[in-house]
Amino acid sequence: MFLSMNWISDFVDLSGLDKLDLIHRFSLSTAEVENEIFMKGSDISGVVVAEIKSVEAHPESNKLHLLKVDAGEPELIDVVCGAPNVKVGMKTAFAKVGARLGDISIDPRPLAGYMSNGMCCSEKEIGISDDNSGIMEICDDVINGTDIKDVYEIDDIIFEVDNKSLTNRPDLWGHYGMAREFATLAKRELKPIPQVDLSQYDNLPKVDMKIEDSLCQRYSCLQVENINTNISPVNMRIRLYYCGMRAINFLADITNYLMLEMGQPMHAFDSRKVEKIRIKRFNEPFTFRTLDGVERNIDENTLMICNGDNPVAIAGIMGGLDSEIVDDTTTLTLESATFDAVSVRKSTVRLAHRTDASMRYEKCLDPELTVPAIGRFLDILFKTDKNAKVVSSLTDEYAYHYNKVSLDFDKGYVDRYTGIEIDNDTILDTLRSLGFGVSLNDGIFHVDVPSWRATKDVTIKADIIEEITRIYGYDNFELNTSFSPLYPVRPSEEKTEEDKIKDLLVKRYALHETHSYIWAYYDEYKALSIPIEDNVKLVNATNPNIETLRRSIIPTQLCQIKSNIGYAADFGIFEIGRVINGLKEDGLCDEHKKLAVTLYSKTETYQQLYLRLRDIILTIAKDIKHKEFSFEAASPLHAYEHPRNYNRILCDNLEIGYISLLHPTVNKKIDKKASIVFAEIDIKALAEIENGGIVYSEPSKFPSIDIDLSFVSNIFSPIGLAIKNAECELIKNVQVIDTYEDESIKSITTRLTFSDKEKTLTRDEVMDIVNGIIDELKDKGIMLKQ
Amino acid sequence: MLRTDRSSLRSGIAEIPVGDDDLLPLKSTGVFASCKNMGGTADLFVPYIDMMYGTLFIIYIYQKKKGKIKMKEKLEAIRQKAELQLEAMSDTEQVENFRISVLGKKGELTQILKMMGSLSAEERPVMGQKANEVRAYIEEKIAQRQEEIKQKEMQKEIEAMPLFDISAPANLCQGSYHPITLVQRQCERIFKSMGFTVEDYSEIVTDYECFESLNIPKHHPARDMQDTYYLDNGQLLKTQTSAAQNAIYLKYKDNLINNGVPIKAIFPGRCFRNEATDASHENTFFQMEGVMVDKDVSISNLIYFMKTMLSEVFQKEIKVRLRPGFFPFVEPGFELDISCLICDGEGCSSCKHSGWLELCPCGMIHPEVLKAGGIDPEKYTGFAFGLGLTRLAMMKYYVKDIRDLNSGRLQSLDQFTDDE
Repeated sequence: MFLSMNWISDFVDLSGLDKLDLIHRFSLSTAEVENEIFMKGSDISGVVVAEIKSVEAHPESNKLHLLKVDAGEPELIDVVCGAPNVKVGMKTAFAKVGARLGDISIDPRPLAGYMSNGMCCSEKEIGISDDNSGIMEICDDVINGTDIKDVYEIDDIIFEVDNKSLTNRPDLWGHYGMAREFATLAKRELKPIPQVDLSQYDNLPKVDMKIEDSLCQRYSCLQVENINTNISPVNMRIRLYYCGMRAINFLADITNYLMLEMGQPMHAFDSRKVEKIRIKRFNEPFTFRTLDGVERNIDENTLMICNGDNPVAIAGIMGGLDSEIVDDTTTLTLESATFDAVSVRKSTVRLAHRTDASMRYEKCLDPELTVPAIGRFLDILFKTDKNAKVVSSLTDEYAYHYNKVSLDFDKGYVDRYTGIEIDNDTILDTLRSLGFGVSLNDGIFHVDVPSWRATKDVTIKADIIEEITRIYGYDNFELNTSFSPLYPVRPSEEKTEEDKIKDLLVKRYALHETHSYIWAYYDEYKALSIPIEDNVKLVNATNPNIETLRRSIIPTQLCQIKSNIGYAADFGIFEIGRVINGLKEDGLCDEHKKLAVTLYSKTETYQQLYLRLRDIILTIAKDIKHKEFSFEAASPLHAYEHPRNYNRILCDNLEIGYISLLHPTVNKKIDKKASIVFAEIDIKALAEIENGGIVYSEPSKFPSIDIDLSFVSNIFSPIGLAIKNAECELIKNVQVIDTYEDESIKSITTRLTFSDKEKTLTRDEVMDIVNGIIDELKDKGIMLKQ
Repeated sequence: MLRTDRSSLRSGIAEIPVGDDDLLPLKSTGVFASCKNMGGTADLFVPYIDMMYGTLFIIYIYQKKKGKIKMKEKLEAIRQKAELQLEAMSDTEQVENFRISVLGKKGELTQILKMMGSLSAEERPVMGQKANEVRAYIEEKIAQRQEEIKQKEMQKEIEAMPLFDISAPANLCQGSYHPITLVQRQCERIFKSMGFTVEDYSEIVTDYECFESLNIPKHHPARDMQDTYYLDNGQLLKTQTSAAQNAIYLKYKDNLINNGVPIKAIFPGRCFRNEATDASHENTFFQMEGVMVDKDVSISNLIYFMKTMLSEVFQKEIKVRLRPGFFPFVEPGFELDISCLICDGEGCSSCKHSGWLELCPCGMIHPEVLKAGGIDPEKYTGFAFGLGLTRLAMMKYYVKDIRDLNSGRLQSLDQFTDDE
């Protein structure tokens, strides 16, 4: 929203003050002002009012005219002008020699053979409208030679406030509310808005109007006739233009002007079309043509202004084409109303049509504003058009009153909340200046919230704190630390472990942490032949490609692996992120935090890479939980997992994740020549495993005995199991020291290290145990290698 | 004689009578001259290098008239021979062999000692002492020589080692953290040092958690500000870390009310907004919320904390500026600006010449929000703030395109090594 300092100054005398400094303070105390401040008129000089005394056709041009103009100087000035609307006796804006219009400076110069000593200007050329169709026509009675800036408010400071920062302040949607802020900041008096006293019309007939729906809170209207002015006064047009609106015609301009001044949207109907105002909703949907000519679908929730049963306007949003003021309109009905904010907002969303009016209604406008707005409308109208005539009494139905808000608090409350000392007078002055009723009795502040702040903005004591402190100025606050007692802070196990895992994977295994999205990217999955698994879906994704949430981080990581091919011959990535496994019994999403690791290698075999990932997982177990994880062959759950090489990861018999080789279908899509393996571990399940802790065992002082056994076997696990089953405390270490493979057999050489704390073991002592292991394996058909 | 009896020479000591013509070949050497100089009266040992065998010999020149060589002289000869011979040796094996040949069971010296028995009682202790002296001397010389040879060999080995090419291309084995992790850890460390707990919260939340409990009722215009991803079960992807506030109040309120322990918590997390992405917009990003609730927590405390914390984050003294900002879950609510990190508030292109950067929203927790969390707003007050971790990471590392962060592209991400 653009704001005019001139307009604000109508209501508060800011003379002698640095306006830019005030705007800066406004930005810090009220609402953010955009960086660029426009110094309107500062690039215009030397433009005066001049009268065209004679017009001659240019002998060699159809378009150009030779003028003599009276610019208030003893001699008439010769000017060559190309505008189509020149005529004798017309007054216009004239840039004299030496004048400046933005980047242009005016010099005497020949035009098609004739000297032109200045330039007649269009409104666009002096920056007060977009009109460039001809030179400006000045109808006001002004002495020739008067500087145009002394006649019209061309000089102005225009600043912009972001609408978003005003969502909670319905009172700031017009210049008058802004003026109240400036008055408070500048410690000056706010002037009342000039209004026509409406009681003088009380004897006139009422307008036939009835609110038939609770969504209309207040409806005030009045009929006026005999308005003959069509073009708005220049200053009004300049303000509208500077504030981002185009002048249309006097009536439309006046309603817009009022909206920009008081924040109250108004609408004018042709009284012939709207004789019986009814405000209501319809039971059936229908179509309605708004005054912008667009046919709109109206449903049963949309509040309408009707002429009897015939809709003539969408309440709070836009009028209808059929009831619009037209050239032969003699009598108009002026609407000034308040509607339910949520209803207007919802209708706006449904219609996908937001207007200047609806933007204001959405903010919960002050219902007390409707009548003064009409008074102000008449004031502006009569100043321009003395012949206009009010033909009805004020017809006003105030169906829903806002809640009056009164708040009581003591000084201690303010002190505690602010943490600084703000004296009573400052509190009283600030609140009074902002329009609050305030009194201080027996140490209790009693505050009555004014209507323009009470609709939703200021409802609790804390809101009053904001009023006091923002005007006091946050820059003026003394900064203090709190005096809260200190207590030890215990980090959560899960969080600590997450950090440790990240450190381990980065520092020890040189993996890279990546982030990805919580949804499945259809296109990317499809390219890798990874099916989209059914899951919870987004209902309003703007990108249909991301509709379904993911059940695992792995497919996202596989996409990332694919996009990183060529990065290195060997690399690995990990992420601690969220997955969703459908819904829980209570209907809420079953969200899990997972660690996902994917390794890629062009140099290692599938098995080597698989075992490398296994070792990483075991290191996590050992390092973070001081535990052993075990692996159990299982059937994969997802299409991209390998049907044979897939293991569940167990700890204390609880499943905490899985490790898998990538399914060859996907592997081939990513890289035919690389091995890819991955694992996923549930962070919460991991955190819940009891930490084994460090259990110190004193090393034996006696020498140990190594026994090497070579068994004919493809895999180690039965050997490991047999050793474990021996339950021998003397076995201190088990290592696979060699594997042998030729066409006929595969053998695994295992070294058992025996040691006793009390004595030096003899070979005979351990051979019983060794033989037991050999026998157990023999029973399973696993023989010692000959 | 030298020509004819080389083999005897090799075995040890040659006995050459002075004046023997056979010494003629030695005439050209200093040996003969020295011999002459002695006037033919003294015993003389001279070194002789046999060119054919490359071996050094000691030649013992004696006075013919004296008759047989005495034991004492033999010992002396062994000593001198050892000294000279060791001098010429260059590998440890040779020295060891030499040691055996002299000091071993069958060594020369041992042999001589065996002859001690034939000496007279007066001579024996004298000779015994002499023999031990010689033995100790030789042992020391051998050890010395061995050490010297070792040193030489080590030197040789060192010199044999080629010079490495330190300028060869490096092959680093280094992983990387996500930049968000680095920034998050930094913030967590700062807050932990000020007694804040670090909380975690789910990414999918209910409407109540994300809006209702935060004083944002349905159809509140504030919901306009956030484009929410809704799910088909009615839940939503959290649009702000504030969604965890209610749960955190409920978790800690009893400790606050019963034990007087203030609630001081931060909760970093991932947030989602349903919007199109470009270089400065992401639908998935990280925030870090912080709250502090206690008796008498004030606006003054809030500004102090923000200034202190942000100065730590940016590792320089920064100025903060508060402007009114509207967020339904705080009252008063603020937009917090910090003095521009580049120009320190002087005004430059990166702060659009204002000297300030808009950094984060904050405010005093709205009484309704405290109430929803089971905390009496008449007794307790608190402040809350929301830091954009993604924004911080971008500011800290000058990341221009926000999409780099979720790209998974390792060429970008592998640059973020440990930054503690």
